[in-house]
Amino acid sequence: MSAPEQSQQNQMGDALELFDDQEQIRDVEARLLKDVERHNYPEASVFAIRLAYEEAVLNGLRHGHKDLPGTPVRVWWSVNERMLKLQVADQGPGFKQDALPDPTSPERLELPHGRGVMLIRCYMTRVSYNESGNEVTMEYDNPELANEGECRG
Amino acid sequence: MTQAESRLRVRKQDDVTIVEFVDRNILDEANIQQIGTEIGSLIESGDAEKLVISFSNVDHLSSAALGALITIHNKLKARDGKLKLANIDPQIYEVFVITKLNMLFEIHETLDGASASFA
Repeated sequence: MSAPEQSQQNQMGDALELFDDQEQIRDVEARLLKDVERHNYPEASVFAIRLAYEEAVLNGLRHGHKDLPGTPVRVWWSVNERMLKLQVADQGPGFKQDALPDPTSPERLELPHGRGVMLIRCYMTRVSYNESGNEVTMEYDNPELANEGECRG
Repeated sequence: MTQAESRLRVRKQDDVTIVEFVDRNILDEANIQQIGTEIGSLIESGDAEKLVISFSNVDHLSSAALGALITIHNKLKARDGKLKLANIDPQIYEVFVITKLNMLFEIHETLDGASASFA
């Protein structure tokens, strides 16, 4: 039996190790976005995916590896015309994303931090964490073929 | 040690200070920190009580950039100054709406509109 979606898929083999190095972070971002663009996602999708990648990688490096300086996060993705799956894993203790306060509440609106996870959830179609909370899996459906993320569209 | 190149273009229009970003993408933490420091210095010099930040060149930003803008807003507020934002691309404006920061910041479609609103 043929598997057309699988045959069109661009899938990375092993996860990439990403250090706290802006040049490397940008290089991997460019590879990810090139893969996305090659699979005919609209410009707004590229914006959304770039934002989620940026927030997830920086969360892993800044918060996950707060006590593990110099430790890389791992990034992996798979994309076809219908969907992107992007995973970012750190080696920290993880966190409970449901316990995060709402950054849009009036008492937190003027705080300069705490919006990254919320933006990921808003811009991606589905977001899940492993049990320990140190690996995020983000799925994004091509909006020309499906609905947008939970806060948008 | 050489001083880092400015990430901003700053000019005065009457008593309004107008700041534009050099970078199209406000993502790199070092750049965001530098932007915060540069604008913070302008505020502390007492010469930017009426401040407009234009996003005309900006295609992308991160939550860290939003954090820097909030810090700038808070610094100005503490000095009875006022920050206004202008020329925000629709995709970026949506980030402000999702985070409800469109309710914290006064956002104008154009630079002229933002400047005139101080009058």
